Amino acid sequence: MSLYFTKEHEWIRVEGDTATVGISDHAQEALGDIVFAEVPDAGRTVAKGQEAAVVESVKAASDVYAPVSGEVIEGNQAVAEDPALVNSDPEGAGWFFRLKLANPSELEGLMDEAAYREWLKTL
Amino acid sequence: MSQDGQNSETLDKLPLDEWHRAHGGRMVPFAGYEMPVQYEGIMAEHLWTRENAGLFDVSHMGQLLIHGRETDAALERLMPGDFRAAKDMKPKYSLLLDDDGGIIDDLMATRRGDDFYVVVNGATKHGDIEVMRSRLPGEVQVDYMKEQALLALQGPRAVDVLETIVPGVSELGFMQGGPFNWQGRSLWISRSGYTGEDGFEISVPGNSVAAVADAILANPLAKPIGLGARDSLRLEAGLPLYGHDLDRGTTPVMADLNFAINKRRRAEGGFAGAMRILAELENGPPQKRVGFEVEGRQPVREGALILDGEGNELGKITSGGFSPSLQRPIAMGYVATPFAEVGTALKLEQRGKLFDARVTAMPFVPHRYHRKGAA
Repeated sequence: MSLYFTKEHEWIRVEGDTATVGISDHAQEALGDIVFAEVPDAGRTVAKGQEAAVVESVKAASDVYAPVSGEVIEGNQAVAEDPALVNSDPEGAGWFFRLKLANPSELEGLMDEAAYREWLKTL
Repeated sequence: MSQDGQNSETLDKLPLDEWHRAHGGRMVPFAGYEMPVQYEGIMAEHLWTRENAGLFDVSHMGQLLIHGRETDAALERLMPGDFRAAKDMKPKYSLLLDDDGGIIDDLMATRRGDDFYVVVNGATKHGDIEVMRSRLPGEVQVDYMKEQALLALQGPRAVDVLETIVPGVSELGFMQGGPFNWQGRSLWISRSGYTGEDGFEISVPGNSVAAVADAILANPLAKPIGLGARDSLRLEAGLPLYGHDLDRGTTPVMADLNFAINKRRRAEGGFAGAMRILAELENGPPQKRVGFEVEGRQPVREGALILDGEGNELGKITSGGFSPSLQRPIAMGYVATPFAEVGTALKLEQRGKLFDARVTAMPFVPHRYHRKGAA
């Protein structure tokens, strides 16, 4: 299993050819109280960099992008029903969707966890 | 994840700037200042204010003292308020108007003897001062009290908190003010605010504001509250925000603020934009500000379109968000008057998505002002 991050503050956890995607603790902290989450349906194909989910806090609406291309296997209904889960456990139970990787080589440009946490300090 | 960035123009600092940072305030640009948008979180701060007492720094707002010969009559030419009959120390809500009746700003004006103490919005204060100085007669002066800070203490326990610090404030009724003294410092306190709750606004010299804020927060019933919760609280209270729900393209009648124009001013006119405004009072405005309850959970925000059943555009949402007290999305906006009836079912369109919405009476959350004699 490997964990990667994007500069748009998504994380992606890869097991075999399956990837789970969510937003980082830093992202949920910046957004504040999350009141709405919309996750993609299974079967939808998303391209790298394309909007795949929506997250809204009291203050603002944001898109969650697909960090890699693939076909959605599952959207997390738990965050759709209880959006505050993204605040309380952003990098665990607050995941947004799982997808089947279309092109694993797309992972190469992403940061690992240590690099992401280092990069955050420069913001 | 993407978010709209804020532009970083040159920003001024409030007298409480360091105080906000020390209390964990997250500072953002607002009205030309760095201001705290939140401390522990908008939701918690909002609910705290509805149940206890929230302390807001609103020192970005413009505090003016207008004085000179027949100030009341002079102000009546710019605004539709009844300033001649205004009683001493009773704040009145009014509107600074364009010659065509458009709203330049909304404000609170309080008679203090022959003078008027006026509080205007932060983002518009410099423009307001210019407008007033150019349109008031030469013998009426507008002083910008730029050394004064302004705090608001809001919520059902605000009176308990402030009474222990400044004895006597509990005697004030809603929309009543007066001079007070705290440890040798002069305060101007009125029982008013922008949350729909009981509460106070406290004008204090900038060099004393940190001491007053500390004294208030020494009471565990009081917590500091940021701009984020100020916005969600006023939205639930159905109160318009200048620059969003009010602007030069809206009149007081369109904005459903007819209460700010009393019988004498309607009969006599004589204020900027009177011709159009009196006609709108008589015949109805083309559009009207209304509240919406939105179906589902997703907030519908400023800029969303308001559509009828056939998809025709009727107006725009001017404020919208998730109501922490009601746990549902609420909004306000302008619709063509025939669609302004409470209960009218309409559609809202945001980023290509349609939402079911219903015109609703405002406030969304009932006001709980302390009206004297109402018990």
